Amino acid sequence: MLQWLNQAPSLWNTTLFAISAVLLLVVLLGFVTYAIYFERKVIGWMQLRYGPNRVGPLGLLQTVADVAKLLIKEDTRPKHADKALFALAPILAYAPAFGVLAVMPFTDKIQFADLGIGLLYYVALSGITVLGVITAGWASNNKYSLIGGLRSAAQMISYEVPLVMSVVGVVLMTGSLNLREIVLAQQDVWNIVPQFLGFVVFMIAAQAELNRTPFDLPEAESELVAGYHVEYSGFRFAMFMLAEYVYMFGMGTLITILFLGGWLPIHPSLSFIPGIVWFILKLLLYVFFQFWVRATMPRLRADQLMSFAWKGLLPLALFNILLTAAVISYQNGMF
Amino acid sequence: MSTSPATDIRTEEMLLNVGPQHPSTHGVFRLVVKLDGETITEADPVIGYLHRGTEKLAENLTYTQIIPYTDRMDYLSAMTNNYIICHGVETMMGLEIPERAEYLRVIAMELNRVASHLVWWGTFLLDMGAMSPFLYAFRDREMILELFNELCGARMTFNYMRVGGVKWDAPPGWIEKVKDVVKHVKKQLPDYHKLVTGNEIFLNRIKGIGHYDQRTALDYSLSGVMLRCTGVKWDLRKDEPYSIYDRFEFDVPTATEGDCFARYQLRMAEIEQSLRILEQALEQFPSDGEIIGKVPRVIRPPAGETYVRIEAPRGEIGVYIASQGKDKPWRMKFRRPSFVNLQILPELLKGVNISNMVVILGSIDIVLGEVDC
Repeated sequence: MLQWLNQAPSLWNTTLFAISAVLLLVVLLGFVTYAIYFERKVIGWMQLRYGPNRVGPLGLLQTVADVAKLLIKEDTRPKHADKALFALAPILAYAPAFGVLAVMPFTDKIQFADLGIGLLYYVALSGITVLGVITAGWASNNKYSLIGGLRSAAQMISYEVPLVMSVVGVVLMTGSLNLREIVLAQQDVWNIVPQFLGFVVFMIAAQAELNRTPFDLPEAESELVAGYHVEYSGFRFAMFMLAEYVYMFGMGTLITILFLGGWLPIHPSLSFIPGIVWFILKLLLYVFFQFWVRATMPRLRADQLMSFAWKGLLPLALFNILLTAAVISYQNGMF
Repeated sequence: MSTSPATDIRTEEMLLNVGPQHPSTHGVFRLVVKLDGETITEADPVIGYLHRGTEKLAENLTYTQIIPYTDRMDYLSAMTNNYIICHGVETMMGLEIPERAEYLRVIAMELNRVASHLVWWGTFLLDMGAMSPFLYAFRDREMILELFNELCGARMTFNYMRVGGVKWDAPPGWIEKVKDVVKHVKKQLPDYHKLVTGNEIFLNRIKGIGHYDQRTALDYSLSGVMLRCTGVKWDLRKDEPYSIYDRFEFDVPTATEGDCFARYQLRMAEIEQSLRILEQALEQFPSDGEIIGKVPRVIRPPAGETYVRIEAPRGEIGVYIASQGKDKPWRMKFRRPSFVNLQILPELLKGVNISNMVVILGSIDIVLGEVDC
């Protein structure tokens, strides 16, 4: 698809590009819809419940009904909220969540933009979401939202550091920031094996970036009621929730690409199965892992969370960089 | 102007209103906290949202009519509340309780203690963001509630005991069902410990949190687990045996740390001890006999005053009855353990991080129906 971008703009390729973007969006929203369903089902099974089973066959339409409900709900705004920022915050949180997916190589053919610095693009764009969260916390003019927003900002910024540091090892091994090349470099062995330390750090930091259990402090229901989005209702609330799930998709995609060999099969003899199937399987494995953790873990405390990022994860990530660099230098005969 | 940047920033205290509608206050409890950053400088509990004036109402009710009101005090362990009022009147009148009734009472009270501690366990972890334990706890509690349902037709507000005995006999096969449930809960407990007690995140959150010493505990007149976690071995079932508790072998678990983790461990250990009592009581359960003793048709305790106390899941519950020889009490006063234990909260919260607030409050184990009464 990249070649379209390089062509002179014409009605034909602009339309085509718009259609495929909308298509991706639809696929994504479909994924999000059923990720929520899947989450509720999986956690339901783990907690001796049924999960949704009333709306539609097997409860398949539950999320559709939920979203429809949110859409037609009254859009309330607190009286003393900052009008402009209150409206802007969900968009700030939502837009980058979709933006990051543009560079994701789902297979060797399906990719929208093959940026040379794809990895940096992801990290940079996903950083914008913090702004949305803190804006929401501030603009709501609610004490619980404010605490939630500030906690969230502190958490997401702190965990971004080990998150980025942990992938430096992968970048060193590949010698490129291009996501496609990172996948292709894993033909022989997936990065999860040589970069296991990086993988572990990345998984933990990703969990915190996504504000999910055990790092779900920003929306700690039992302490902060709901955190930064406590004053949001209707579609604005839906946008926060959707952003969160789209990020889960984004993060799952990134982990699949960086550590699990993207669309590559487990073994070359299984390559008759299309790459997209492999990709979805790996993605689902990650998504399932998320739900599993959610059903098992209690929540960390705010101060423990911060010290864990700076004293635990960051040194590990730095050590991983050092180790990788040393091994690579050794292989290149520098020692 | 060459002031350091830190002094330029004007900070002020924030007043945060927690409750009465808040997921972690376990009912309609309100806590006004003053925050300096994320540190609590002052906490002011506001209670009374659920006050129904049980004690005043009791003055216009006959003793049998008061029993359903006690169900609504500590609604998580209504059996002990039922018992305390009956026990008070029986003490005044010097009534003889039939063997079978005593066993039924003990079985009901200990089952209720297990159910109550299970609810505490589930909600305590829910406060910390772990969802699953709550549902596991409620599955087991549900089995116990089913047993109560068969026994007296109610799941929470039992109205089961009467002055002189109990209202209903155990239906056929009920004792066997209780045995099965006891076995089931016993089997589940190690799993719960594996899931929760060994969890590093969990331990980090509650170890050393909400600490107080023995002196403070005694000064605040704490009872139950809140007292035993500081090393005082005080359990009314052992120290002032009532009913037939002197017939059973069981331990009184104590700890010396006085923190949330100690309280957690003690409550979990108490479930085990209750199961032990249940096993013995079910084994000794008399095959037949009366369930209510010889009680006059109108209950008129002799003029005088009595205070009796027993060990409820939350601590010492007591009732003070002042009678003038009429069929209604002249004055009645309940000593509710939740109410007394809650008084230490402002002291525990002073100077702690706000994220410890719900944990400390949860570890006290209050029931608002009992606090407000």
